[in-house]
Amino acid sequence: MKKKWCDNGMKGWLYLLPAILFLGLFMIYPLIDVFVYSFEEGYNFASQTYFGTGPYNYSYVLHDPYFLQAVKNTFLLVIITVPLSTGIALLISVGLNSITRFRSWLQTIYFLPYVTNTLAVGLVFMILFKKTPYSDGLINLLINRFGGASVDFIDGPYWAKMFVLCFYTIWVVMPFKILILTSALASVNQDYYNAAKVDGTSKLRTFWRITLPMISPMLFYLIITGFIGAFKAYSDAVALFGTNLNAAGMNTIVGYVYDMLYGDSGGYPSYASAAAILLFVIVLTITCINLLVSKKNVHY
Amino acid sequence: MKKTMDKKTIVTKTITYTLLILWALVVLFPFYWMVLTSFKSYSAYNSEYIPKFFTLSPTLQNYVDAFTAVPLGRYFLNTVLFTVVTTALMLVVIILAAFAFARLDFRGKNVAFVIFLSLMMIPNELVIITNFVTITNLNLRNSFPGLILPSVTSVFYIYLLKENFEQVGDTLYYAAKVDGTSDFKYLLKVLIPISKPTLITITILKVIECWNSYVWPRLITDDENYFLVSNGIQEIRENGFGRENIPAMMAAVVVVSLPLIVLFLLFRKKVMEGVSRGGTKG
Repeated sequence: MKKKWCDNGMKGWLYLLPAILFLGLFMIYPLIDVFVYSFEEGYNFASQTYFGTGPYNYSYVLHDPYFLQAVKNTFLLVIITVPLSTGIALLISVGLNSITRFRSWLQTIYFLPYVTNTLAVGLVFMILFKKTPYSDGLINLLINRFGGASVDFIDGPYWAKMFVLCFYTIWVVMPFKILILTSALASVNQDYYNAAKVDGTSKLRTFWRITLPMISPMLFYLIITGFIGAFKAYSDAVALFGTNLNAAGMNTIVGYVYDMLYGDSGGYPSYASAAAILLFVIVLTITCINLLVSKKNVHY
Repeated sequence: MKKTMDKKTIVTKTITYTLLILWALVVLFPFYWMVLTSFKSYSAYNSEYIPKFFTLSPTLQNYVDAFTAVPLGRYFLNTVLFTVVTTALMLVVIILAAFAFARLDFRGKNVAFVIFLSLMMIPNELVIITNFVTITNLNLRNSFPGLILPSVTSVFYIYLLKENFEQVGDTLYYAAKVDGTSDFKYLLKVLIPISKPTLITITILKVIECWNSYVWPRLITDDENYFLVSNGIQEIRENGFGRENIPAMMAAVVVVSLPLIVLFLLFRKKVMEGVSRGGTKG
């Protein structure tokens, strides 16, 4: 009896041991610790002291103009990019599914942004959009060609910077969405389409009544992951505007967390923790709303 | 009637192809521009007020600069080392854990599994703060262990692999047991070879993740000797090459982007299949 316990009981835990050690140290302990930090008022990393416990950190973060700017930027980014990228991806996937020639070529091309380094390609976008003393940049020349005036998209007005950030974010997230939607579209049972054809249903109606309901679970999956991903935006912004995002007025919530933790304005893990928990609460709320909406509308 | 139908089809086809080719151009253009610019000489680039779409005198000088004026070679080697070690360690950790969940019986297994699964919901942003403090207190900033250790487990990959291990039938396991094969040998000789496709998928996804990781390395390194390519690119952008040597920057960007693009073109099917099974980003 004792031997058997040794045989199975201990052995299982032994195999799990490395995973448990790493998860314990780098996930479970930090998860508890982040809440502790967020209530330690004025924790100073250098001296490792704090002067009390309470909700002061949250109130500090919520009154910090940089945080409010970051929240505004992040929400704008989410509201603009999630519907646009999902919509365009749906359009492209439907197009892709209706053709046979060059299909695999196009699929390969569309996937490229997924395997590129966000920071590296962000630099290319910056050069395309930036106005320098030597040149207005390619995009501005294009705008001039159509009779518009040059705009500095990287150091210029807020809407211009927001436009580049949204454009780049959409460029980065499209591969995943196109990939998921094309395979969802391809897996719709062909019989439904044949039946619709026999009934003489118009193409648009077929799309609304058959295609869309059939792929709705995948569509909602993409919308939910899209929301979560966009709320955590950070490296795209760094790639375009540099590491000092507060100065550029283009910080995101995640960027605010890291800036509080490290860098020129860093050294305040308790403010960073409070901001990270606020982000988590926001994401959780939005995800719950999404799930509720999808329960009503998704056809399984 | 037939003629109008054909016309309609032609119109739809034209619109479809126009749309698809337009997006392909949007995707490809930045790549074209970065390669093109990397072959233009510094003086040629700066004298073009209206940038040219081609160059008649391509130069490799920018690539030489990218490796000599800034330590791009070192960033590159650091990233290779980081990627290889992280991926290898992670494979060991997740294979052992997945095997325990899939094949072994032990007390508390179900509870442990539920706890593991619930950890999948924890966003990285929430735990990174304490990890930063932990690594700093362990004096592991600016070191490879500090870079690597926090990312050698992935609950999601454990789950993916466990599902895969479970699909291998019981018969093989009991046959091996009767032959007196130990559990570990069974894992090594039977399960791992059978699950090779899934393991390759996981490896590819982890390599992509490691190669592009930016946030954690930025927090944990401020010594150039430990920079990975993402941080290197950011450093080059902010301080490298003196004043605005954009062609040299683009050469560095090409060098950094190339390995993953080659990997993708070689394993196109595997990568896309893997991402649709377990990818995020977006």
